[in-house]
Amino acid sequence: MLVDSPPEQRADAASAPPARRAIRPLGLLVAVAVLAAVVVASIAIGARQLSLEQVWHGLFQATGTYGDTVVDDRLARTLLGLLAGVALGLSGAVLQALTRNPLADPGLLGINAGASAAVVTAITYLGVTSLTGYVWFAFLGAAVVGALVWFLGGSRGATPVRLALAGTAITAALYGFVQAVMIMDDAALGKMRFWTVGSLNTATDLTLRQVLPFIAAGTLLSLALARPLNAMAMGDDTAKALGAHLGRTRALAMLAATVLCGAATAACGPIMFVGLMVPHVVRSFTGPDLRWILPYAAVLSPVLLLGADVLGRVVARPAELQVGIVTAVLGGPVFIFLVRRRRTTQL
Amino acid sequence: MKTAPKNGRRPVRGSRALRTPGGLSLRLDVRALVVVALLLVAALAASVVLIGTGDFPIPAGDVVRTLLGDGDPGQEFIVNELRLPRVLVGLLVGASLGLGGALFQSISRNPLGSPDVLGLSQGSTAGALVVIVLMSGSATEVTVGALVGGLATGAAIYLLAWKQGVHGYRLVLVGIGVNAVAVAVNGYLLTKADLVDAARAVVWMTGSLNGRGWEQVWPLTLLCAVLVPLVLANARGLRMMEMGDDLSHALGVRVERVRALLMVAAVLLTAAATAAAGPVAFVALIAPQLARRLTRLPGPNLVPSLCMGATLLVAADWASQRAFGADQLPVGVVTGVVGGLYLLWLLVAERRAGRI
Repeated sequence: MLVDSPPEQRADAASAPPARRAIRPLGLLVAVAVLAAVVVASIAIGARQLSLEQVWHGLFQATGTYGDTVVDDRLARTLLGLLAGVALGLSGAVLQALTRNPLADPGLLGINAGASAAVVTAITYLGVTSLTGYVWFAFLGAAVVGALVWFLGGSRGATPVRLALAGTAITAALYGFVQAVMIMDDAALGKMRFWTVGSLNTATDLTLRQVLPFIAAGTLLSLALARPLNAMAMGDDTAKALGAHLGRTRALAMLAATVLCGAATAACGPIMFVGLMVPHVVRSFTGPDLRWILPYAAVLSPVLLLGADVLGRVVARPAELQVGIVTAVLGGPVFIFLVRRRRTTQL
Repeated sequence: MKTAPKNGRRPVRGSRALRTPGGLSLRLDVRALVVVALLLVAALAASVVLIGTGDFPIPAGDVVRTLLGDGDPGQEFIVNELRLPRVLVGLLVGASLGLGGALFQSISRNPLGSPDVLGLSQGSTAGALVVIVLMSGSATEVTVGALVGGLATGAAIYLLAWKQGVHGYRLVLVGIGVNAVAVAVNGYLLTKADLVDAARAVVWMTGSLNGRGWEQVWPLTLLCAVLVPLVLANARGLRMMEMGDDLSHALGVRVERVRALLMVAAVLLTAAATAAAGPVAFVALIAPQLARRLTRLPGPNLVPSLCMGATLLVAADWASQRAFGADQLPVGVVTGVVGGLYLLWLLVAERRAGRI
């Protein structure tokens, strides 16, 4: 069955209760404040703790002290987490709306794996070394796998199980390929084993500048799609009657999700479950209106990603746990909880 | 679902019923018998060829003579001590994976519900990697680690999917979630390793038969000797369960008990096979599918899947030695590539038939 929210929940979207209407803009402000706090924490916390004054000093009156260098380093990393978080959260939300599937996530659908396999190929066989070079391969891989999963999962008749299975199966195949490459090439193994877990410590100013345009474009595109996707949530016929262009909206939504996910994967490696968890949490608060879900997801996903990154630095100090591992270990149980909560008829 | 015969195909085609005076009856399908016999012959032939393949090639005739006990001493050492155990491990691992895969696919009622997809392989891998990376353990300790990892993962999946019974879809989705977590843990362990350990771990993670000896053969043989009859004794219940829990309950099958028993057996088979040879990709996924296409029978096709798995693995090992030179690339690479391609085809075909 294609269920993205229980009928009773959808019904009250038409006339959101006044309390919710008043609280949604306020909640967004709170979310932004939380994000700011997490950003500061991400700069301050690490192998070497910085005080708030030191952070302030490093950000606004840098004079080249040791603390300033640390701030500078962590700033790039934090900004990358910010961008990647926005990208993953939005692509998850858009995919869930597009497939009308509560369990859609770029990682689960194999889109991350597609980007990974393409990047591995580019690095090992085509001698591509710069991020600008392989970001295109990441897009290509993400797009090919996205289309494949969509097609194999049953296109418009897609169910959560079909999509998740098609995604996992393709992930398994691509993962085997990545492994074969790593066996044959020790140099590739040395590089790839760090990239394939998903980490933010690759961040430099250059990385940021390279992925920023893609993520910005994808963000604008997905925000612009909120209305037509809202219409499509009511079913194809109603959406058509309301004036939505089904084919165009689907294609653009897939494009937005692919660009966002591909850029995030190219910059930090495959990171799972952020795109799954955040839209779920958000939806329980905002209701099914994408015009609210998308901005909330864009603000709260970086909170999760940066929070996971900080957590990874704290639990394994002075070393660190890569953020992709932390999100998977947090996200797996959430996913299982979601699966268990649903009635079997809804799956 | 897959038990439903297609329009116009009679499920009784080509089958003979044997009846005894005591009221016992047994239905034999001629085509399935032929398929099983052919697969056994193919597995034996592939084994003989594989034993003859290597840096020191031995003609097939000499291999058979040595196996029967009258070869010359030099060949006897190579055949009996070096290559025969490797081939036996290959056969047993393939058979266990084929049977385990058939059980899982039948229980989850999904052609893609194989141990690879449900996270068992990754769970075994996590156990093995803990030993390799954190304890630099010996090969035997790695085997134990993989076994523990696989069993723990199987238990976790079953318990997490339990909610007044285990429903096929929930089992698959919970397995996918567990799989994702295990992949992350494995990735983390790989980054913790130094490059030598990491290279060893990656070879293990791909699945390899290199250097397998008699010490792997005996435990697997023992396990198969216990589990295969146990599984086959419950095959009738499994077959009925494919028609739905309610119906099979009405037909007298104790659904949850049979399911739990068979899942334990499948987890044990898969975990033991993975511990012996590493998570050889896709054999558990493909063997039951190919077997079903050959026998054209509905139902779990347990024995044909078992034979198909053994044949596939030995043939793949031979192909990897042939294609890349002796011991260059582990067998898992071949099954991974072939399996990946087959999987794509399967997804397209199943989708067209509307069965996924």
